[in-house]
Amino acid sequence: MCGAPVQDEALDQTLPSNVDPATASIIQGRVVRDGEPVAAAYVRLLDRTGEFTAEVVSSATGVFRFYASPGRWTVRALAPGAAGSADLDAGVGFTEARVEGA
Amino acid sequence: MSREDVLVSADWAEQHLGQDGIVFVEVDEDTSAYDKGHIAGAVKLDWRTELQDPVRRDFVDKAGFEALLSAKGIGNDDTVVLYGGNNHWFAAYAYWYFKLYGHQDVKLLDGGRKKWELDSRELTEDATQRPATQYRAKDQDTSIRAFRDEVVAAIGQQNLVDVRSPDEFAGRLFAPAHLPQEAAQRAGHIPTAVNVPWSKAANEDGTFKSDDELRALYTEAGLDPAKDTIAYCRIGERSSHSWFALHELLGEPNVKNYDGSWTEYGSLVGVPVEKSS
Repeated sequence: MCGAPVQDEALDQTLPSNVDPATASIIQGRVVRDGEPVAAAYVRLLDRTGEFTAEVVSSATGVFRFYASPGRWTVRALAPGAAGSADLDAGVGFTEARVEGA
Repeated sequence: MSREDVLVSADWAEQHLGQDGIVFVEVDEDTSAYDKGHIAGAVKLDWRTELQDPVRRDFVDKAGFEALLSAKGIGNDDTVVLYGGNNHWFAAYAYWYFKLYGHQDVKLLDGGRKKWELDSRELTEDATQRPATQYRAKDQDTSIRAFRDEVVAAIGQQNLVDVRSPDEFAGRLFAPAHLPQEAAQRAGHIPTAVNVPWSKAANEDGTFKSDDELRALYTEAGLDPAKDTIAYCRIGERSSHSWFALHELLGEPNVKNYDGSWTEYGSLVGVPVEKSS
């Protein structure tokens, strides 16, 4: 992959109408390898015991989003031949995560 | 019935692409996934618009299922190989649904779209054309489908397996965390249910665990082999995955999927609900 590394531009904070950022816990971020976003990675959210909670496929710009609850979470990404993970503490509102290496 | 009768590998699938009598069918939660690339020759089923009654909360009836499969070019004698994304939740749901209407030869592609993509196997955007058939369905086999009254009656009597994530079971979340938190009126689980998350039946690449691992999983969770079993989740797709593991892979005889699941049970008036801390 050539080209300038992707800048960490602000992630979209538009929410579905039934999600209230004053009470919901939104975990979102980007999957990145060598400074480039990784599209179509399998991104899973694991709870504090390591148990699977949800999985999404990253967007064309490597972006993923989960609707969770406050607490300790791990985001793990799988792509062909690569994987990476990131731990985070989520509160109410938006928590941003960056997963390297997938 | 053995594992090979109901579950095929990605290698097997590649070797049987385009073969007469075998139809690959993609079913996804993200119903646009197929259009961005699918296994060559596969047809698409939309679980939301094609498998559900458009008005009532129920499945399409027998005549509707016959019309659907006829239009898709699927014959009664065809081997149907189902696959999809999102860890096969909806492909497993479609498997259970095909069995509900009596299709004889259905198989799941082990690992589904996820393993296929992680293996960098070929996908195509080419449209699939299949000539229409005259499909004939059977009456619904309710020996594999549970309804709410029998679920309430099963409390403390049968094995109830809640296959949602621990946080949903405990009542901390209402839905999987990639979805907005909505749906049932109350959070929690059915009393006496054991929590065996569907994900424990699968490896990270989406393939099913071995029969020995699956047997150990459900035994350690406390399922009584002498009792009948009902599996449920939020809307019946993840529990189809666990139903497949219990009924099709392990050959447990009396296992039902409760497709009403938590979105129905958690909104019923007057039924008991438990939460855990």
